Amino acid sequence: MSIEAPLRPTEEFYPSGDEYDKFLSRRKRRGRIVQMIFLLALATAVLALITLLYTIINDSFGLTAVVNETEPEEVVASLGYDPAEVAIEDLSFDELVGVLQGAISNNVGRRLEREQRFYEDRLVFETESVWAEICSSGEPPAGCDAAPRSQASVLQLVYERVVVPDVIASYELVPSLFAPEAFEEEIEEIFITSPDRFPDYTFDQVQFEWRAWLSWTFVTAPANSKPEIAGIRTAILGSMWLVAITISFAVPVGVGAAVYLEEFARPNRFNSFIQTNINNLAGVPSIIYGMLGLAVFVRIFEPFTSGAIFGIENDNGRTVVAAGLTLGLLTLPVVIISSQEALKAVPNSLRQAGMGLGATRWQTVRSQVLPVALPGILTGTILAVARAIGETAPLILVGAASFITSDPTGPFSKFTALPIQIFQWTSLPQEEFRNLAAAASLALLILLLVLNAGAVILRNKYSRRI
Amino acid sequence: MTETSTRTPRRSLGGQRRVSEKLILVSLFVCGAISIATTIGIIYELGKESLLFFQDPQVSFWEYITGTIWQPQAGSFGIWPLILGTMLITVIALTVAIPIGLASAIYLSEYASPRVRGFFKPALEVLVGIPTVVFGFFAVTFMTPILRDIFGADVVGFFNVLSAGIVVGILIIPLVSSLSEDALSAVPDSLRQAAYGLGASKLEVSLRVVVPAALSGIAAGIVIAMSRAVGETMVVTLASGAAPRNFVLGQDPWSYILSPFEFGQAMTGYIVITASGDLSYNTIDYNSIFAIGLTLFLMTLGLNSLSRRIVDRYRQEYE
Amino acid sequence: MTHETQAPVTKQEEPATKVDETTAEGMPAPEAPGVIQTVGMDIYYGDFKAVHDVSLNFAFNEISALIGPSGCGKSTVLRSLNRMNDLIPTARTDGEVFYHGENIYGEGVDAVEVRRRIGMVFQKPNPFPKTIYQNILWGAKINGFKGSKSDADALVQDALEQAALWEEVKDKVNESGLSLSGGQQQRLCIARAIATKPDVVLMDEPCSALDPIATLRIEELMLQLKENYSIIIVTHNMQQAARVSDKTAFFNVELNTKGQRTGELVEFSPTEKLFTSPDRKETEDYITGRFG
Repeated sequence: MSIEAPLRPTEEFYPSGDEYDKFLSRRKRRGRIVQMIFLLALATAVLALITLLYTIINDSFGLTAVVNETEPEEVVASLGYDPAEVAIEDLSFDELVGVLQGAISNNVGRRLEREQRFYEDRLVFETESVWAEICSSGEPPAGCDAAPRSQASVLQLVYERVVVPDVIASYELVPSLFAPEAFEEEIEEIFITSPDRFPDYTFDQVQFEWRAWLSWTFVTAPANSKPEIAGIRTAILGSMWLVAITISFAVPVGVGAAVYLEEFARPNRFNSFIQTNINNLAGVPSIIYGMLGLAVFVRIFEPFTSGAIFGIENDNGRTVVAAGLTLGLLTLPVVIISSQEALKAVPNSLRQAGMGLGATRWQTVRSQVLPVALPGILTGTILAVARAIGETAPLILVGAASFITSDPTGPFSKFTALPIQIFQWTSLPQEEFRNLAAAASLALLILLLVLNAGAVILRNKYSRRI
Repeated sequence: MTETSTRTPRRSLGGQRRVSEKLILVSLFVCGAISIATTIGIIYELGKESLLFFQDPQVSFWEYITGTIWQPQAGSFGIWPLILGTMLITVIALTVAIPIGLASAIYLSEYASPRVRGFFKPALEVLVGIPTVVFGFFAVTFMTPILRDIFGADVVGFFNVLSAGIVVGILIIPLVSSLSEDALSAVPDSLRQAAYGLGASKLEVSLRVVVPAALSGIAAGIVIAMSRAVGETMVVTLASGAAPRNFVLGQDPWSYILSPFEFGQAMTGYIVITASGDLSYNTIDYNSIFAIGLTLFLMTLGLNSLSRRIVDRYRQEYE
Repeated sequence: MTHETQAPVTKQEEPATKVDETTAEGMPAPEAPGVIQTVGMDIYYGDFKAVHDVSLNFAFNEISALIGPSGCGKSTVLRSLNRMNDLIPTARTDGEVFYHGENIYGEGVDAVEVRRRIGMVFQKPNPFPKTIYQNILWGAKINGFKGSKSDADALVQDALEQAALWEEVKDKVNESGLSLSGGQQQRLCIARAIATKPDVVLMDEPCSALDPIATLRIEELMLQLKENYSIIIVTHNMQQAARVSDKTAFFNVELNTKGQRTGELVEFSPTEKLFTSPDRKETEDYITGRFG
């Protein structure tokens, strides 16, 4: 054993002396390099996330080249306001209706009013007698029963009929920030070299405006086929209705199943079959649930899901309730499994204490076990809901209509949902729809963020109480 | 109040409240049984409509499982083009997700300090929470243009399986990494200690003791991720195209059949595209999506039970 | 380092004399430097001081035992002798540990090379989920074993023979190490440790998970192994220390003002002396308390 360098081995078959030093430093170097590679892989995953968010935000805001038939400022000025102080969004409901009245023909106005009336108590374009006649006819228009138009809806009409914006090109956020002039030059170039692309306009008419595709107007405006004025209110309301139905189905049934499996089920074959089956269902692709929903809820249960047995008229069962139940089945395994986890975490002493006082098993579960497990159940539920909100494929299968402009009013309404809107807009070729898809994605992500934050807050609040 | 009225006569044990208890138990049982009804519903509906599909005079079962042309308008119903799309996308997705997910898992489990973990873990969890349709948007607006820039717009089609595959890969990275990390952290610490005690470096401990010991758990996780990729719908529908990549063996070159740059509808993509059109009941289109759904269901079921089998075997090995 | 001692890389006498100054009272007269010497070693977990001022001199080819009540830091001391404590992020060792006169906590010394020379056997048998053959060869391979297949076979056989396991497993070296009984697994771990040719083997309560018969076999094995290796063993079993060890160190727990329990070396003497006529009263109390 060498005393000078006792750590250098001298045995046969092993590196020794300087060779050992080299061997050791080679191993260390390899270790450092591979560690770098591991970290890089992790960073790549995070980079993918950042790129995704970047893409969405990049497409949600930016410069647009717009041609308006009437400038919003002119509309405001025509009412005697100073355009520098008052924006078109600030106008009152009555003023907006007035603008509309002055700009569109009576025929168009009557059509709009038959779709949805402006005032609860009076008519703008129709005469009372005609209105009463058409509403008592065999096929009354939607406007006879529907709630009157909202401010956002009238504002959208003003944009659609009076301002008539046409976004001829849009630019992403980052180049808009750093090289806005390039965009203008590009558009000018197009007008010079290929004037046929925008035959109706001259370059002088084009205005370069900043546009937040995700804006309050976008969130509150109903769906529309024109990207310049389309909004996602209809879709958001549809998603909310879906969530409401999903929760009211999946939570009671899921928690019930979890309570059964954790608290009551004897460990026999049938119950373990239920358990295996739930685990299997959790791995079934969501599109398969969509097909189940289509075959069962839309088709077989049509009298129920179309609302026919409640006296509601619908062509088919492609309604909120059919889709909500489908999503309910889809999220059921998630709710059951997370509720089971929550119940498992409740200490057994609590059950024994309850039963020892002469309470029945169910009384113990209801008054002792469930309250303790509640935060866990709640968290699982919110996560399940978050999953349901983002699901697209099953909704397409059960026939969520993509183009619906009226808000869903109940479980038996036709509807569209936020992910469906994103899907439809993404599959359209025009640049502006890409912007809308990005903005709707951003809205969806914000909604999910809020939900998750809610889950965290709820959990903290309850766990402190216990 | 008299003395007698406060003293109610003793009831026998097992009185009224047991009945309501029974009722509750029954309704809880029904909740549990709904999951079984769901499974039965899935199998029954998929099976029934598939049967109708195969009974159609235009369709032969043999052609379905061997045919390489899917063209419902022309009466050709060979499943292989759709399976090809699904498989190409899955293979690309796993090529992306396995190395990145596994390396991330090793880093998180073996190397990362609590602070580094505290940053990266939530980031991966955020990735899990993003709806797949948003990933689809990402594939179309970011991945496809980038790929067309890199390889040339004449080489890479607007719809291509590469873009879909990469994005599905990104989508399943968190799944691979969290399941692998679970497997890695289940490896008893005593094995790490033993290896360090023999003079192993951190890398040798991680790659030559911990990873091999966790291999079955990792494999099970990868199979789960694969099943997820096979069933993934929105990215595939948006990015890989609306038409199946029909081919004729021996006539089309393999470079076309297996090309990552060409369009190629997957099974899920076909189902969605067909269902989003005007779909009326009892048509061949309607029945065909159920036949494909059944194929898809069996594939994912097979993968999931394979994964469970791997896990079971692993458990036996350790105890 | 608060110590005035210089790392005695060339001169061997220096630490030995210092050891005498810094150790607890009642240490025996100065002796030749052994295979491992600790000088004024303090071990911390974060702010918590787990072990205070330990100076020990472990002789070549002897079995030294570390005993003491639980929480006295004897395992902590053992694990700092081959820098296994480095694996705990908050652990810190102050003072010096000399291995053949070289400070293993000195600059430029890699924990990996320390552990390759100072092997370790753990409380619970922990064979890798690989074959017996692979278990033995694993350490050799990562340490750059360059022999041929037949050299490797010879190495495996030699290690298993030294660990007194060869006869039992020679027909099944390609079966999983986990298929063996607990005692066999522990001997496999010993074989694995000596296959990399260390010259010190640390054993952290190697028999605590074994039955009495398996324990006896391991003890016999230790006595055989000390011909070639220096062995340092932590044990909670005083009879075991008395049976196998040449020298025994007794550690005790001291409660400080903050209520923290810090381990301290009380006495390090030849085993026979420590168990029959200990220098310190605490040692006697502990031994008689247990024996009586």
